[in-house]
Amino acid sequence: MTGALLKIEGLTKAYPGVVANDGVGFEVAPGEVHALLGENGAGKSTLVKMIYGLVKPDAGAMTFEGAPYAPAEPRAARAAGVAMVFQHFSLFEALTVAENVALGMENPPPMRALAARIREISNAYGLPLDPARIVGDLSAGERQRVEIIRCLLQDPKLLIMDEPTSVLTPQEVEILFRTLRKLAAEGTAILYISHKLEEIRSLCDGATILRGGKVVGSCLPREKSARELAEMMVGGEFAATTRAQRKHGATILEVANLSLAPMSQFGPALKAVTFSLSAGEVLGIGGVAGNGQEELLATLSGERPSGIGTVSLHGQDISDLGPNDRRRLGLLAAPEERLGHAAVPNLSLTENAILTGTVRRPLTRNGFLNIGAAKRFAEEIILGFDVRTPGPQVAARALSGGNLQKFVIGREVLQAPEVLVVNQPTWGVDAAAAAAIRQSLLDLAAKGAAVIVISQDLDELMEISDRFCALNEGRLSAPRRTEGLSMEEIGLMLGGAHGMQEVAAR
Amino acid sequence: MITLVKRPTPSRGWAFATPVLAVIATMIAGGALFAALGKDPIAAIKVIFWDPLLGPNAAYFRGQLLVKAGPLILIASGLAVGFRAGIWNIGAEGQYIMGALAGASVALAAYPAESHLLFPAMVIAGALGGWLWGMIPAVLKVFFGTSEILVSLMLVYVAQNFLAYAAFGPLKNPEGFGFPGSRNLQQYASAHNPELIAGTGMHWGVVAAFLAVIAIYVLMQRHILGFRIRVAGEAPRAARFAGVLPARLVMFCLGLSGALAGLAGLFEVAGPNGQITDSFNAGYGFTAIIVAFLGRLNALGILLAGLLMALTYIGGDMAQLMLGLPTAAIQVFQGMLLFFLLGFDLLTHYRFRLGRARA
Repeated sequence: MTGALLKIEGLTKAYPGVVANDGVGFEVAPGEVHALLGENGAGKSTLVKMIYGLVKPDAGAMTFEGAPYAPAEPRAARAAGVAMVFQHFSLFEALTVAENVALGMENPPPMRALAARIREISNAYGLPLDPARIVGDLSAGERQRVEIIRCLLQDPKLLIMDEPTSVLTPQEVEILFRTLRKLAAEGTAILYISHKLEEIRSLCDGATILRGGKVVGSCLPREKSARELAEMMVGGEFAATTRAQRKHGATILEVANLSLAPMSQFGPALKAVTFSLSAGEVLGIGGVAGNGQEELLATLSGERPSGIGTVSLHGQDISDLGPNDRRRLGLLAAPEERLGHAAVPNLSLTENAILTGTVRRPLTRNGFLNIGAAKRFAEEIILGFDVRTPGPQVAARALSGGNLQKFVIGREVLQAPEVLVVNQPTWGVDAAAAAAIRQSLLDLAAKGAAVIVISQDLDELMEISDRFCALNEGRLSAPRRTEGLSMEEIGLMLGGAHGMQEVAAR
Repeated sequence: MITLVKRPTPSRGWAFATPVLAVIATMIAGGALFAALGKDPIAAIKVIFWDPLLGPNAAYFRGQLLVKAGPLILIASGLAVGFRAGIWNIGAEGQYIMGALAGASVALAAYPAESHLLFPAMVIAGALGGWLWGMIPAVLKVFFGTSEILVSLMLVYVAQNFLAYAAFGPLKNPEGFGFPGSRNLQQYASAHNPELIAGTGMHWGVVAAFLAVIAIYVLMQRHILGFRIRVAGEAPRAARFAGVLPARLVMFCLGLSGALAGLAGLFEVAGPNGQITDSFNAGYGFTAIIVAFLGRLNALGILLAGLLMALTYIGGDMAQLMLGLPTAAIQVFQGMLLFFLLGFDLLTHYRFRLGRARA
C-alpha cells in the first residue's frame, strides 16, 4: 500500500525469558485512527515504546513517511513527528499547566507566549485549559488534556495514546473522542492502544490485534462485534461469569458519616461517606482512582483509624479497631497495590500467606510460626485459584500481575470473610484471570458474605454488583440498584464531565 | 556491553558467596595498600589473618578472639533486628557505655559486700541502662518524629561525657591515689565476670552473645514478631496492612538493641576491662554496625562476621606492632571490608548479562 505514514515490518524484541514482540508488522495511514488491541502482556506497550524510541528493536524495520525510521531516543521520534500520551501522567502537581508544558519542551518560548499558545490550541481542539492553573487541582481528565496539549504543540503527524480512557468518565471519553476525530480529520494519524472493545468499535478505522507478541489478525473494528474482537484478542471463547440468584440477608456493615482529612496536599479526602451492606450482596463502587478509593479501603481494613461510630460491623462499633481485630470479626480486605501493600515482593508466597492469614487460620502457635501450616495454606490458595507458579517458595515479585492478584484475592476468600473489601481487583490482569477473580467474588457472595468491589472498570461493576455507587472527590453517591442503570446515568453519578466545558469542538 | 539485570528472586548462592568474595577482595586491595606503604603485602595479610589463629603465639591470641568477638556479636545481633525493620540505631556505642556505667554503679554501691545476687543484679542494671539509652531516640521518634539515626548518634557523645564525669567524679576509686577511674571489678569477687575456661577467653558475655545469636535466630525465622519486623523493613505499607503498629516496633527494636549493647558494656567492664575509665569504650558499638551488615543481618552470619572482625582487630594490632603499619591503614583495611561487601551485594539481587552495544 502506498501512502502509509508509518509502516512496520518484522519488528522483534526479546527480553530474558519472554519474546515481547515477534515479527510484528502493520501500517498506519495519515488521518487514520488505528487501534492496537490486545490483552495485558500481549506486547502493545513494547511495540509503541519501540515506535517512540524508548526501546530498541532486536530486528525489523520501520518506515515513516517513506523514509527509514529508527529513533534512538524519544527526542528523535518527536523530531520526526511522533508524539505519545502515556497512561501514567508525568506532571508536577505543584506547578502550573504552562510550566509543566514548558518543562517538556526543548526550547520553551517565553511563558506569556506559551500560555497564549496553550489557550489557542486547547480551544481549537475542544479541550479548554487554563494555563495558569496548578496541576494538583485538576481532575484526571484535565491532566490528560495537559499531556495531549503538550503533544499537540509539537504538531505531530502520529499521535500515540496508551489506554487514554482508563481514567475518564463516559462523558469525558466523549469529549476526548471528538478531539481525536477532529485531529484525524486534519490528517493526524492516531495509534490508539486499548482493550476496551466498544471504544475501539466507535472510534477506530482499523485495528491490529496482538496476542503473545504476535499479530494474530487485523480487521475493520466497525464490522466486528465486541464479542468477536474479544475472542480474537483472547484466542478462544471465554467463559462469562455466572451469577446465582442471591438472597440478601441482614445488614452486616454500616458506614455512617465517615470523613477523613487528606494525607497530603493534593491527596483526596473522604467526605461524609455513608452506606450499608447486607449479607450476600455485592456493592460496586465506581470512580476514577485517586478520588478516595485507597483511603476508603484503608479505613475499612483498619489501617487508618476513623472517628468513633463511623464503621460498624454487626452493630458493633469497630472504628478504633486495627486490621487484625477486624479480621477476627470477619472483615477482610485486598488493597489495590499488589506489590508492597497486599503482598511483600521479596517474601515467598508461604510468607505472604502468613501476612494476613494468622488471625483466621491456625498459622501460629503461641506466637511461633507454623511454617508447615502456612505452606499448606499457600498451596491451598495456589491450587484453588489456579495461581501459575512453581510453588509456594517463590518470591511474590516473581509472579505476573494476574497470578499475584489471584493469590491475594484467594488468600482473603479462603479465610471465609463475612465482609470482603477489594480495590481494583482486576487491574492489569489478563481477561481469563479477571473472569476467575470476578467469579470467585460472586461465589463468595452466594455463600452469604457481603462484598465491596471498588473498581474503575464500569463493565466489571455492572457485571457483578447488585448495587452501584460512585466515589468522586471523596463523596460517595447514594447506592442504586445496578439492574436497569444506563451508562449515561452512571456517568452522571461519576461527576459527568467534571464541569469541563467543551467549546468549538463541534 | 555489560548490563545488569534484576533477578526475579534474590540468589541464595550469592548471598552466601558475597561475604567470602568481599574478604578476598579486601585482602587483594588491602595488600596493594600495604605494598604502597612499602610493606610486604603477603607478610602483612599473613600477620592479620593467619598468625592470630595458627602462628607461633596463637595460643594467647585465640583467647583474645572470643574476648573481642563477644561484645561485637552481642551488640550486632540486637542491631540487626532493628536494621531488618528499617530502624537505624547508630548509637549502640552510647548504649554500651550506659550499660557499663549502670552495671558498674550497682557493683560499686555494694562494695565491699559479697553476695551471689550481686552479679545478676549488675546484669539487669546493665541491660536496663542500655535499654533506657535506646528508648530516648525511640520515644522522640514516636512522639515527635525525630530521626533515630541522628538522635542515637548524638547520644553517644552525651554518654561519653557521662562516662568521663563518672570516671573523674562519683565512681572514682577512693583508694586510687587520685588517678581517674573506678575500682577494678576484677578484684571484687562478687562483681567479677571471670574467664570461665582458662585460656579460651570465654566469659559470661561470650555466653550471652551465643545465647543472643540463638534467640535472635529463632525470633527472626520462627516467631510472628520477627516476621512482622521483616515485613516492616521490606514493605512498610504491607506491614500496616498486616496489623503492625510502627510505634511499637520502633520501641521494641531500639529497646532490644539498647539492652543488648548495655549488656555487652556490663560484661566488658566487669570482665576483660575491669574498670570504668574515661577511655573505657573502644568503638565496639560502631564496629558492630559493620559486623551486622557483614553477617547479612542474619544471626548465624553475625556470629561468623563477629569472629572475622575480631580477627582483623587482633591481626591489625599485631601488624602495627610487628610491621609498623599505621593505625589509619588498619582502619582503612577494615573499612574496605564493608565497602566490598556492599559492592558485591549487587550480585545477590542482580546478574550481569552480556548484551549488544546500544546506540
